[in-house]
Amino acid sequence: MDKQKRVWMAVAALMLIGVYFFPIWSISMDAPQYPEGIGMNISVDNIEGKDKNDLQNINGLNHYIGMKEINPDSIPELKIMPFIFGFLIISGLVIAGIGNHKWILFWLGLFVLFAIAGLVDFYIWGYDYGHNLNPDAPIKVPGMTYQPPLLGSKQLLNINATSLPHIGFYISLISMGIASTVWWKSKED
Amino acid sequence: MNKLLKKSLLWPLTAVAAIGFLSMGCSSNGEFGSSSDAAEKVYVAPGEHDEFYGFFSGGYNGQLGVYGLPSGRHIFTIPVFSQAAVNGYGYSEETKAMLQTTDGFVPWGDAHHPELSQTDGETDGRWVFINENNTPRIARIGLDEFKTQEIIEIPNSAGNHASSFVTPNTEYVSAATRFSIPMKEDNLENMDVSIDSYKENFKGTISFIKVSDEGKMNIDFQIMMPGFNYDLSHAGKGPSDGWSFFTSYNSEEAHTMLEINASRNDKDYIAAINWKKAAEYAKEGKGKMIPGKHYRNYIDHEEGGIAKSEVIEEVRVLDPRKLEGIVYFLPTPKSPHGVDVDPTGQYIAAGGKLSTVIPVHSFEKMMTAIENKDFEGEDQGIPVLNYDSILHGEVENPGLGPLHTEFDGKGYAYTTAFISSEIVKWDIEKTEVVDRIDVYYSPGHLMIPGGDSRNPDGKYLVALNKITKDRYLPTGPEMFHSAQLIDISGDKMQLLLDFPTEGEPHYAQGITADKVKKRQKRFYEIDENNHPRAAKSEKATRVERDGNEVHVYMTTIRSHFAPDNIEGIKVGDEVYFHVTNLEQDWDVPHGFAMKGANNAELLIMPGETLTLKWEPKKEGVFPFYCTDFCSALHQEMQGYVRVSPENSDTPISYSTGQ
Repeated sequence: MDKQKRVWMAVAALMLIGVYFFPIWSISMDAPQYPEGIGMNISVDNIEGKDKNDLQNINGLNHYIGMKEINPDSIPELKIMPFIFGFLIISGLVIAGIGNHKWILFWLGLFVLFAIAGLVDFYIWGYDYGHNLNPDAPIKVPGMTYQPPLLGSKQLLNINATSLPHIGFYISLISMGIASTVWWKSKED
Repeated sequence: MNKLLKKSLLWPLTAVAAIGFLSMGCSSNGEFGSSSDAAEKVYVAPGEHDEFYGFFSGGYNGQLGVYGLPSGRHIFTIPVFSQAAVNGYGYSEETKAMLQTTDGFVPWGDAHHPELSQTDGETDGRWVFINENNTPRIARIGLDEFKTQEIIEIPNSAGNHASSFVTPNTEYVSAATRFSIPMKEDNLENMDVSIDSYKENFKGTISFIKVSDEGKMNIDFQIMMPGFNYDLSHAGKGPSDGWSFFTSYNSEEAHTMLEINASRNDKDYIAAINWKKAAEYAKEGKGKMIPGKHYRNYIDHEEGGIAKSEVIEEVRVLDPRKLEGIVYFLPTPKSPHGVDVDPTGQYIAAGGKLSTVIPVHSFEKMMTAIENKDFEGEDQGIPVLNYDSILHGEVENPGLGPLHTEFDGKGYAYTTAFISSEIVKWDIEKTEVVDRIDVYYSPGHLMIPGGDSRNPDGKYLVALNKITKDRYLPTGPEMFHSAQLIDISGDKMQLLLDFPTEGEPHYAQGITADKVKKRQKRFYEIDENNHPRAAKSEKATRVERDGNEVHVYMTTIRSHFAPDNIEGIKVGDEVYFHVTNLEQDWDVPHGFAMKGANNAELLIMPGETLTLKWEPKKEGVFPFYCTDFCSALHQEMQGYVRVSPENSDTPISYSTGQ
């Protein structure tokens, strides 16, 4: 690997720092009674309302249907994810230093695995929130579950929930793309 | 205007006017627009906002009505001078102090003239001021929360009518007395004297209230005036900045049957006041401090938004007979009502309500006359200028009973004629009528958004009519007043819309909605709630007894109260429910009503704490509940209080869920 490729690999690793500053995923809820919009952003270490009080208000809505309270402090993944990205950044930098292109493939493989695991985990949380409802809930709609979509939009009673990747996800994607290109180009060397 | 006077004096004249106009042919060439054309102009589609806010005084309801224009939709009522059971204003422990006066707690007021705060002579959307006529007071309403934030009482005044008008940078709000009263020469104390000693003993005052950058009001000085009736006012602007103009009637100084006895003189006066000079005198310590006890009630944002009262003991009084150059009288026909300064600040139009012309004074000529001491004489020590020397012109044939004038910023003035029930448009330079339109019926004030500022939005005019009769579905003998929206964007005025107005709107103000919308609070931040008795989470809720006082620190959130079961209250206790609304979402107030309370409800905005006092008189279990349909489980939002006999030993206990 020449110097230019090593620099690019380092860039791929370092740009992941951006993940700590931008959300990875976002869920927006659209309903006639929320003309100003309501929603939440998921980042490496937190779930926050799009507006200051949105999470409190989403929890307020959810309590009618018996959904568990979304409490970032009780989600262990949010404690682990910062370390996973930390590991990816450091190991990426080490690989850039060593300059072994096979390690890039290994790094990419790990990154993709983490990403898939993350999405599966997100799906499981969504499934759990949507299905595991308090039997004492004030409102019970027969047959109704409230799992948010993993990607795209879904009508939940009168709320249209839209789940989409956010900037942090795209940063990860670009990082993967750069690392793949570096790996592909250095294979020809 | 006094309703009784209006009805008794002016109705017979209406008949005369009608006959007069019939013989002249139809006076009105104002026409209805084709109805579809007019409908399009006032149609605001569902979900869209009006272009202007209108703030209409509520008159004898004591409040301030908020309307959208051009739709005429009544969108809110701001409680100001009257208790409002609708949200507990004047009932809750936090707001009671707003209605305190030197006469004690006054639950009602007569609100007349709202005036928006101004910067550089233009409306700025910070505050609206409004006066109370009966118990002389001025209120300041914050347009960030549409709430009355301060009320100051005006001492040495009786009938605070020629109020509340602001100077171009809201340096001052002015207030003048309509009813003169006997006042001691040295300390302006009200006197126990025979009413027929009017000429000898009765005096009036004009007050200038300083407004700080934060809005805090204090009476900087009062000017002692002859015992006339001071009616309306407007501050000068541009070249006339530094002056204020006050109409007076009853220069005859009658004390009985004013409708005849105060209508004898061909001319009364506009008092021109050099407030900048007066302010300098006050600053130099001229005049004297006299006893003038008055209340200043204000919302203390530093402490939970609780209203507090401050009693101020003294006031500075300036005597224009001793301090030269602060007051001049401009002779003006006849019992003038409104006085309005055009946007350029050069012309002063008077609504000589019994006059057959609209006199327009020139500020420049007034200044020349003052400089040349071109006086026709003196009245009670105050120089009277020469009418002919200061007159810009007289508008002929302005309709009968001209009252008030507003301006469009395009060189035209619009004057209401009460008796002939029309609005007359006239050219300010030429003092000639160019258009007229009938209104239904008998307009008092009129309003063009910014129409008394340096920069009017000359698109719409609102006629604030005093008589409604058949304009709406009948509601028995008593009915709302009626306003009419008129398009003034073209050469000809066009009637667009009737809309009912609550109470009796006198003056109104209008402002481009954007200037106000950007300041809006949607709710109060719970983190910033600094009410000393707030419970900012359910964990903090509790019930505490202190002698026979019981304090309930309660919270609301959809859809329960915490606590919702309370025991240990006894007959004879004073129970204070301090209810904090924990919601942090737009438009989720909770209400609180207690069975058996001789009180109103509370309507608590998100993040706010309000307190209801209840003195239980009977034993038993009493429910309380949320009065505002807050959620799907609103009907479940309730609780119980157990009341035990006075000498029982039921301990205080409380719980939520279990």
